[in-house]
Amino acid sequence: MALSNVLEIPAAGFNFENAARNAALEERFGGGKTPKPLKTGTTIAGVVFKDGVVLGADTRATSSEVVADKMCAKIHYIAPNIYCCGAGTAADTEKTTDILSSNLAIFSLNSGRNPRLVMAASILQDTLYRYHGTIGANLILGGVDCTGNHLYKVGPWGSVDTMSYMAMGEFWDLAAMGILEDRFKPDMEIEEAKELVRAAIHSGIMSDLGSGNNIDICVITRDGVDYIRPFQESQFKDNRKNKYKYRPGTTPILTQKVVPLKLEVVQETVLRMDTS
Amino acid sequence: MNWLSSQMKDSIPVAGFCPQGSYGLQDSLRSGFTSVKNELLPSHPLELSEKTKQRQDELDHTPNIQGLHAPLKLQMEHRAARQIQRLPFLPSSNLALDTLRGSDDTIGFEDILNDPAQSEMMGEPHLMVEYKLGLL
Repeated sequence: MALSNVLEIPAAGFNFENAARNAALEERFGGGKTPKPLKTGTTIAGVVFKDGVVLGADTRATSSEVVADKMCAKIHYIAPNIYCCGAGTAADTEKTTDILSSNLAIFSLNSGRNPRLVMAASILQDTLYRYHGTIGANLILGGVDCTGNHLYKVGPWGSVDTMSYMAMGEFWDLAAMGILEDRFKPDMEIEEAKELVRAAIHSGIMSDLGSGNNIDICVITRDGVDYIRPFQESQFKDNRKNKYKYRPGTTPILTQKVVPLKLEVVQETVLRMDTS
Repeated sequence: MNWLSSQMKDSIPVAGFCPQGSYGLQDSLRSGFTSVKNELLPSHPLELSEKTKQRQDELDHTPNIQGLHAPLKLQMEHRAARQIQRLPFLPSSNLALDTLRGSDDTIGFEDILNDPAQSEMMGEPHLMVEYKLGLL
């Protein structure tokens, strides 16, 4: 039905019509009872080694105090040679990395080149700064391109930092960072690097309620990507079967009553079908 | 048709803070009651910056390097491209505008969220054209 109060087609993009209403509702509820978005309160880490980059993440997603997802995938695909770990609000990290991946794919098609890490980091920085921290995405970008092996850390306000080893989480990257600071050496071998990242994520899992369950590892080298999911499974798995089929006779029959249904033939018609 | 196009309001809708009625007064019948606070202040910190986002480098730095004509020419092209629209109730491709802005080969939130082609509210075509011509 055509409405007479719509005088212009609404503009595309973010719509701030309900912002005032939401602020008023929050005030009415005393500020504490509004539903919280799904967060990945997470530990993510990355390390540059001799032949490439190793990225690691835990797999727990929390919604306030409840574990909402026990096998969440936090290492997102950006380009064939670039992967990104995301911490913060789950939807924000997923959508932002998705948009980044699409833009880099368009760029690759336009220019015929593989994207570089600096380009991905710059695009992320511009996007996140434009939205002034309202997009809650703490990201670790890692990959191998023609200029070498790189790791970039991007904060929710658009701050970019590059180092050979880094850990990020929403608030607590102290445990993982401690392990990395202690045991990192430049030019490590692949197995050493994987073990270091695993140990860093493990210490984050042990020290933070927002991180837990399994550890995922992603190894990016010039030859390709090895996405190991899960690299280490949590020892506190519960014994859940996916199928709950019971064999006939599991439930005992206590009494049985049979009532026959009497039917009369009221009308009978025969329709001939021509099946030649 | 020339005088008609010159009568038309700015083609890209931007939800403004000014009241919608004639002479700048609040039109209670169409847009409901209002408060002075809602008119003056944006309700969300990003509302203002999203409205006025343009290519700041071009507009701020080129006058210093190339003289005043550079941003003026760019603005003129921008405004001309903005006028290439279909009637208000039909979806416009904005191809010239996208090409000028460079947004024809990038994907942002404006391509994913709130697609005008899938808007839940449909406007009455006659009213929309009258509003655009300023007759309403």
